Amino acid sequence: MKKLLMILTVGAAFGFAFMNTNADQDSEGKNLPAVSIKDVEGNAFNTGDLENDGKPMVISFWATWCKPCKLELNTIQEVYQDWQDETGVKLVAVSIDNERTKNMVKPYVNSSGWDYEVLMDVNGDFKRAMGVNNVPHTFLVDKNGKIVYSHSGFVPGDEEILFEHIEELLK
Amino acid sequence: MMKIMNPKLNFISKSFLSLLCIGFAQQAVAQFDMSKASVTGNIETVAQYLTSDSSINAFAPEQKAVMNSYANINYSLGNFRAGVRFESYLPGIAGYPAFYSGTGIGYRYVAYSTDKISAVAGNFYEQFGSGMILRSYEARAVGIDNAMDGAKIEFNPRAGVRLKGVFGKMRYNFDEGQINLSEGIVRGLDGEVSINDLFETFNDSKLKVSLGGSFVSRYQPGSNDTLNLPYNVASFGGRLDVRYKNFYINGEYILKQNDPSINNGYVYNNGHGALVNMGYSQKGFAVLFTAKSIDNMFYRADRTVEGNQLMISYLPSLNKNHTYNLASTLYPYASVPSGEIAYQLDVLYKVKRNTLLGGKYGMDVNINLATAFKPVQHTSDVAFDVDRVSYASKPFDKSDSLYNFDFNIELKKKFSKKFKLTATYLHFIFNNDVNEVTKLAHGYITSDIIVFDGAYKINKKHSIRVEAQGLFTKQDKGNWTTFLAEYTISPGWFFAVMDQYNYGNPIVSSRKHYPLGSFGYTHDASRFMISFGKQREGIFCIGGVCRPVPATNGVTFTFTTTF
Repeated sequence: MKKLLMILTVGAAFGFAFMNTNADQDSEGKNLPAVSIKDVEGNAFNTGDLENDGKPMVISFWATWCKPCKLELNTIQEVYQDWQDETGVKLVAVSIDNERTKNMVKPYVNSSGWDYEVLMDVNGDFKRAMGVNNVPHTFLVDKNGKIVYSHSGFVPGDEEILFEHIEELLK
Repeated sequence: MMKIMNPKLNFISKSFLSLLCIGFAQQAVAQFDMSKASVTGNIETVAQYLTSDSSINAFAPEQKAVMNSYANINYSLGNFRAGVRFESYLPGIAGYPAFYSGTGIGYRYVAYSTDKISAVAGNFYEQFGSGMILRSYEARAVGIDNAMDGAKIEFNPRAGVRLKGVFGKMRYNFDEGQINLSEGIVRGLDGEVSINDLFETFNDSKLKVSLGGSFVSRYQPGSNDTLNLPYNVASFGGRLDVRYKNFYINGEYILKQNDPSINNGYVYNNGHGALVNMGYSQKGFAVLFTAKSIDNMFYRADRTVEGNQLMISYLPSLNKNHTYNLASTLYPYASVPSGEIAYQLDVLYKVKRNTLLGGKYGMDVNINLATAFKPVQHTSDVAFDVDRVSYASKPFDKSDSLYNFDFNIELKKKFSKKFKLTATYLHFIFNNDVNEVTKLAHGYITSDIIVFDGAYKINKKHSIRVEAQGLFTKQDKGNWTTFLAEYTISPGWFFAVMDQYNYGNPIVSSRKHYPLGSFGYTHDASRFMISFGKQREGIFCIGGVCRPVPATNGVTFTFTTTF
């Protein structure tokens, strides 16, 4: 009985401790996982190094074969300059194109005139670490590098909701 | 000591002890800096209620209701990461491979990584180079998961140098909630050097060069009454990547030692894989060319296995990843690992604004041409009775025998702030003898496909998209049309209706409709979708998300969330 009580006490203690820290954590969001992938030039890139000088950052998973993804990123491109001027936000477009289509990424980015930072997640390592089910999937990261919002899919109009969330971070 | 305490004191001491414990625990947790901890993951559940419809070859299982479900949980704290995936197939959804069944843990790992070193124990995915020599990956929608189970170490001794080593068995199936692994053990080493990062003098050079090399070996004992099977089968190769301003050229060559297996009829031929990519791109214009030659490249973690399981080598087909339903579902080309020589050319061009063709916003033109041929197999100098080598082949030594031809052109134009139109024309010559997709035709099936895809933005939140597709062929099941209309309301709802109609089937009674309705709701990173009706297999994009689906007749409920 005494043993049981002791276990319960210690268990409860650790439970409280974790609950507290978890509560702290929830209020701040989650950290970006550090996974080794590549940039669009083929250089090694650690996703733990993603940052935007204390300003908000959007991480958008996409693929050259995914129409809604391209619609989302082309839609944001039209207003990207305004978004940057107003909030300092940076968008990182993470392509999950595999070996079959990855050579299309750079030409597509060039021909679309995107001003985004582009990363290549050819074997889905970053996608898995971020818990992405399907593309497009967009994450918003605050000035402390914490993920504060994420959205699955894209339909026209969703970009404005993303921008509202970006603006909220500056309040 | 306890004996002399009165109950009240006892209670106080226990409370004190508890408080102390909380203090210590918090201290301990703080030492790990729990604020740096995070839990990420996702859940996907697909449930179906199926009914049979023999006219479209959809057959309901005895259970009628079927479900696939997955939950990934990743935990990370500082340099430490761990994760697990629960899987359920009760039983698996329509068209899903039957070797997935039951509920259990399908994947688990622990990992530790610093800037210089990273190590994983348990399950992991990995790709060396283009993947021709080794790729362990998950393509859940099509039922591929050849995760490694063992250990992986990555070492970056200095900037520009990356070394990897893997050791493990491959996931073979998921039987009643239990993972079964390959009999063979896969060992691999891979190194990559970036000349520009390694030597300071080249740091800012516009010429970027990197090289890599891989070695993979599979160990599998085996006995055979007549053959002396190699227990260890090695595969090795190198790759080179050169970029200069807007130009790039890269290539990889892999040589595989003789690997008698059920896939090649237990011949002792060596195999090869060669891949060359080159291209040029600038704002508004790009041209890309890819050439591929493969021969006897079935390389698996078990020589007695066929189908999609236990592939060590990754050999994707060299053609465009079509997403329009008629272009992707009826005559999809898959690569031929026993041997093929393939070429692909892509041209992307943006017609400038304020020109006759470009109009106010310009127009995008994408042209794609892909071909695949049978390689020449020289049999004159072989001594099959002596060494069981059945033919000799050389890289890029192609015959005139066509495996696949795919020409397509896409024009995309924005007419106003609200209206966009995409027009696509595709021409396929598909060799049904090589990749059999239908019993109704032999040899080449020639088809032409036309697609119009228009999107109209009604207002800030409401949009409508309409697709009209037609496929025209004199062979197989004849002509088809597909019509799709999709209505979306940001940020939550979407509604869609689709109908495929095989109006040109030579058999009048087979001129079937395939109607499908769906709707769904998205809230942040969670979404659900319900579809009802008849569905063909293929990459299916609706309401803003793409995923491949098998043929069904019934109701499908899909739920996904990311946390």
